[in-house]
Amino acid sequence: MIDLDEIDRKILRALAQDATQSAGALGRKFGLSQPATWRRIRRLEEAGVIKGRRLRLNAEALGFGVTVFLGVKLARKGQVSLEDFERAVSAIPEVQTVEHVLGLYDYRLRVVARDISDFERVLRRRIMTLPGAGDVEANVLLSEERLPGPIG
Amino acid sequence: MLDDVDRRILRHYQSEPTLTTAELAERCRISQGVCWRRVEKMQAAGIIQGQEAVIDWSVLGYAVEVSLRVTLDKTQARAFDDFTTAAREVAEVIEIQTFLGRVDVRLSVLARDMSHYQQVYRDLILTLPHIADIEALMHIARVKRDEALPI
Repeated sequence: MIDLDEIDRKILRALAQDATQSAGALGRKFGLSQPATWRRIRRLEEAGVIKGRRLRLNAEALGFGVTVFLGVKLARKGQVSLEDFERAVSAIPEVQTVEHVLGLYDYRLRVVARDISDFERVLRRRIMTLPGAGDVEANVLLSEERLPGPIG
Repeated sequence: MLDDVDRRILRHYQSEPTLTTAELAERCRISQGVCWRRVEKMQAAGIIQGQEAVIDWSVLGYAVEVSLRVTLDKTQARAFDDFTTAAREVAEVIEIQTFLGRVDVRLSVLARDMSHYQQVYRDLILTLPHIADIEALMHIARVKRDEALPI
């Protein structure tokens, strides 16, 4: 674990919004020199606080009009290995994220599709045929916002 | 409209967002000038919206992540607005999604440990307006997380 001061938090928050900002630009914003800012960013990266970058793409403009979250329950626990299920589900290109969860469902999937009928195709041909897939619940995403979280 | 070159650029750029234009051009087997112009064009068209740093909350001491699936009391006309406005004020909430389906809203909530989670849940979540029902899913592991689009 790593301790952050007020300036670290500001830098982190700024980079989570726009990771292309240079150390110089961030430094000017927060009253630091370019090298001092660069060292702080470097420390955040080396400690693993910043674990990478994500390209933000407009899914709709690229023809992906529908995002659906699926809760999947495994049908025959013990008979199907979690690794087999995870490997198979991760290989589906339309599946963007796979989370192993504890509760009503075993896995939570984020699926993109061109439209509802394309989603139906993915669901029937790819998801329902997964080894061990049982009960599936679908919720269509209407809106989504990411918040800065407890670094504000 | 996008052509094959655009899509090739997006595929490589998406999987390695830290690439320079020169590296990206090399991966796509196109000239730097073409690559730069294509990326510019897609940025101007709002297809490439930007880049964000991905934070590993566990390194910052937040070991617990819970998905809260909320059903709202829809007899209240302003249930969605009131709920999401209030949820935005909770620092531990990192994601708010609204749905069409059995679940109305989902919150991603962070906590340092289970006792902290319990405190956040009782004091900050259960006090949010117009909740009819809540289900919790505790995150165990992220198996796939790149959020890449199948371009």
